[in-house]
Amino acid sequence: MYPFASINAYQQQLFAGTTSCKEAVEFYLQQIERQEHLNALVAVFPQEARQRAELLDAKRKAGTSTGKLHGVVVTIKDVIAWEQHPLSASSNILKGFHSIYNSTAVQKLVAEDAIIIGINNCDEFAMGSSNEKSAFGPVRNKIDESRVPGGSSGGSAVAVQAHLCMVSLGSDTGGSVRQPADFCGIVGVKPTYGRVSRHGLIAYGSSFDQIGILANNVEDAALVLSVIAGEDEYDATVSTLPVPSYAEELTSASTKPVIGYFKQTLQHEGLDEEIRSSHLAFIAQLKQDGYQVKELEFDLIDYIVPTYYVLTTAEASSNLSRFDGVRYGYQATPVKEELTEFYSANRSEGFGKEVQRRIMLGTFVLSAGYYDAYYTKAQQVRRKLFEQTKLVFSEVDVLLMPVSPSTAFKIGEKNSNPVEMYLADIYTVFANLVGIPGLSIPLFQHSNGLPFGLQMMTKHFDEVSLLRLAHTFMQTYKAG
Amino acid sequence: MSNYSEKYEAVVGLEVHAQLLTKSKLFCGDDASFGALPNTHVSPIVLAHPGTLPKLNKDAIALAVRMGLACNCTIERKNYFARKHYFYPDLPKGYQLSQHTTPICVGGFVKIKTAAGERNIQLNRIHMEEDAGKSMHDQDEQYSVVDYNRAGVPLIEIVSEPDLHSGDEAAAYLTEIRKLVRTLNVCDGNMEEGSLRCDANISIRLKGDPKLGTKVEIKNLNSIRFLKKAIDHEVMRMIEMKEKGETILQQTRGFNPDTETTFAIRTKEDADDYRYMADPDLPPFVITDEFIADIQASLPELSEQKKERFMQQYGLPAYDAGLLSEDVELAAYFEDAAKAITAYKQIANWLLGPVKSVLNEEGKEINQLTLTPQQLAAVIQLVEEGKVSHTMAVQKLFPALLQSTNGSSAEQLAQELNLLQERNEDALQQLIEEVLSSMPQKVTEYKKGKKGLLGLFVGEVMKKSKGKADPKLLNQLVTEKLAN
Repeated sequence: MYPFASINAYQQQLFAGTTSCKEAVEFYLQQIERQEHLNALVAVFPQEARQRAELLDAKRKAGTSTGKLHGVVVTIKDVIAWEQHPLSASSNILKGFHSIYNSTAVQKLVAEDAIIIGINNCDEFAMGSSNEKSAFGPVRNKIDESRVPGGSSGGSAVAVQAHLCMVSLGSDTGGSVRQPADFCGIVGVKPTYGRVSRHGLIAYGSSFDQIGILANNVEDAALVLSVIAGEDEYDATVSTLPVPSYAEELTSASTKPVIGYFKQTLQHEGLDEEIRSSHLAFIAQLKQDGYQVKELEFDLIDYIVPTYYVLTTAEASSNLSRFDGVRYGYQATPVKEELTEFYSANRSEGFGKEVQRRIMLGTFVLSAGYYDAYYTKAQQVRRKLFEQTKLVFSEVDVLLMPVSPSTAFKIGEKNSNPVEMYLADIYTVFANLVGIPGLSIPLFQHSNGLPFGLQMMTKHFDEVSLLRLAHTFMQTYKAG
Repeated sequence: MSNYSEKYEAVVGLEVHAQLLTKSKLFCGDDASFGALPNTHVSPIVLAHPGTLPKLNKDAIALAVRMGLACNCTIERKNYFARKHYFYPDLPKGYQLSQHTTPICVGGFVKIKTAAGERNIQLNRIHMEEDAGKSMHDQDEQYSVVDYNRAGVPLIEIVSEPDLHSGDEAAAYLTEIRKLVRTLNVCDGNMEEGSLRCDANISIRLKGDPKLGTKVEIKNLNSIRFLKKAIDHEVMRMIEMKEKGETILQQTRGFNPDTETTFAIRTKEDADDYRYMADPDLPPFVITDEFIADIQASLPELSEQKKERFMQQYGLPAYDAGLLSEDVELAAYFEDAAKAITAYKQIANWLLGPVKSVLNEEGKEINQLTLTPQQLAAVIQLVEEGKVSHTMAVQKLFPALLQSTNGSSAEQLAQELNLLQERNEDALQQLIEEVLSSMPQKVTEYKKGKKGLLGLFVGEVMKKSKGKADPKLLNQLVTEKLAN
């Protein structure tokens, strides 16, 4: 069965008896050991995975009904709670912490027979675009180990890219699933805000965060999404809309959707020339193949990154208040007796520099005297973006955009200037600001040898159209 | 003592926290009840474990609206919770979820009664928020400890305008709030257990000065008596300082019940910045007209409304109506009795007289009495019809009925106890004859004008009747006889 092709193909082999869950787990454990230097995983559970594989094999052979993700070997980002397993957000402040409950996403994976084999490295508290900001050290891109895999779900992307698992769960607050998928040459899906419960996802920007999926292909991502999506009594912001069978909808009949792109996104000065020309060539190809493609105006483009950073850092400064060393987590030693010193020492030693930078930015924009100039203003821009999005999707069905202005860069290359790193989020933060679903598919190859992707977005809760067109594009236009 | 000085006026506003009587906490399913072992009513959500989210308990909204409607507030239709940020070990999330900036109930008033009369105390707002855990500094030699059972319990904060002017008024106001929350079943009103807590904001100013003076906040006043004493002490302290030309500092103070004085906890140099932010984890919630109408319809009659109704419907004097309507059970007892007979004022007299004193003596509530409203009505009816004298009814029949277990009626019992009044005129005439003829000298004196002797004759006849004569009738017959 290896190399792995798809969940569907794997499960057919399981039922044909040509492979077993145990065999799959052994393969991935071996891969994990071989690729340890990529630093994609912060914890692996060999014995537990083996036992579960045996249990599932026995269950299948006994003819008992099996789950949708029967035997699927999964890894999860270190911000998703799994009962009795480590959960640290790749931060020293949670070193050694074990979750005492299951996130809804994990609970649903397990209920559908998935095997969780390990936990992925990530940027600390999901803050970063390169996976260099982890207390566990940087993750390496398998295609060029001197390069970053993107972030913050870099460990998840590399785990899929380097065949350390079949699929992985990441989280996407401003591109943290789509951008590493782009850098690693795999598929990354960020669902609509509210499609997947956030219960058990460590919060970064609560009104932006979504659990997303990193996979080898669109079908697998669609199948996993149909499992983890849906209403949840523990999350007041999750949608109660019914969950379609996304994987089955991939090949259902439909008319050709109307496609749009923002003129300004391809004119942007920071965009790599070859990425620009590839997108323009792709658009020409689509027109040639009978798609209606509209060029749209987007004059707010320069506001989206500042708006995103004002709002997410504000929310982060609030969300991360709970990490104080009182009830759990890192306590500086010797323990400070004075309360303010106690908090200060725990948090200064526990949080990394990038997290501290964002907490301080967020605290600043929420402070009396600055609140209106930053936080209120950014909220106004967000509302404007929301209105503009409604107009866009009254004209087109699917919006295309690059994922990142560049391909994967060298480890350490962009560490001196945080603002430059923030600006590289220009194409991905839009979907989170307005809450629409977005994905990245690995359609392109750069002359520098690195892959890059096409980003696609639709209106809220139209994952069916999004995944279907992504699947069609992958079938029709994927190089090689 | 509402007049502390000729020169100064006290200005007081109260912030009253009331724990709502919901089964579970405001944002998760943990038990919200008081008194469990420390840290047993806690979950990952209340302890703010990584990844947990709040979900709003709708029962709390209904209780807050209930209180708001009873206090004549305007109910805000679109509501959200904000995060109020500060670090303290008993605050697990590092922020408290509160409606501090956008209260669910706006304005309104509460009527109070003091020696000076009745007055409406204006409210600023009533808002919902979650309680914090309980920090304790005296349980361990080395450490402070925290009990998170209380963390997340729903509260309403009832904030008055600075509309109170004395410890007495503040005490009357808090008494009224406590009565309201209990009548409405919004909070158990228990101040010892902390389910009702009070902070007082106090300042003084020269009489007639429209500007408020520097404010001092006294925290955690856990009884109505302490509230009054704390305000009285603080106002006098401020007046003395002013008179000595000292500057009053903006402070948070505590009250020491042993010395009945206040002491400084901290002096506020600059305002705290809580960085209020709408909680992105909780979508705004909308209160509909139907929701409000349903709650309005379910509101119990408040004592003030009941008093008005008792005056109108039963013609009771304000005093009686007021006393009866204070006590929900007593008022219900009255109304049951009033279904049986129309001597409403007599029922009130009985309840506020003999019945009340029996309850006081035995330390009982009216609903613990075996005597039914119908039985009481029957006693009153016997008196009204002149079959039993009022005195006999109070002294003999009523106590006997209270003891009676065999379910005999008031009239049967009166018969058994030989309490029925003699109304047979012939029999009475005969007794009168006997008495008058035995005291011819007194009769002569009476006829000469010593009218005061009437009581003597009547008393003698009454003795002979063994107390069973109807005193009214007897009086009339004796007078007639002597007139002849």
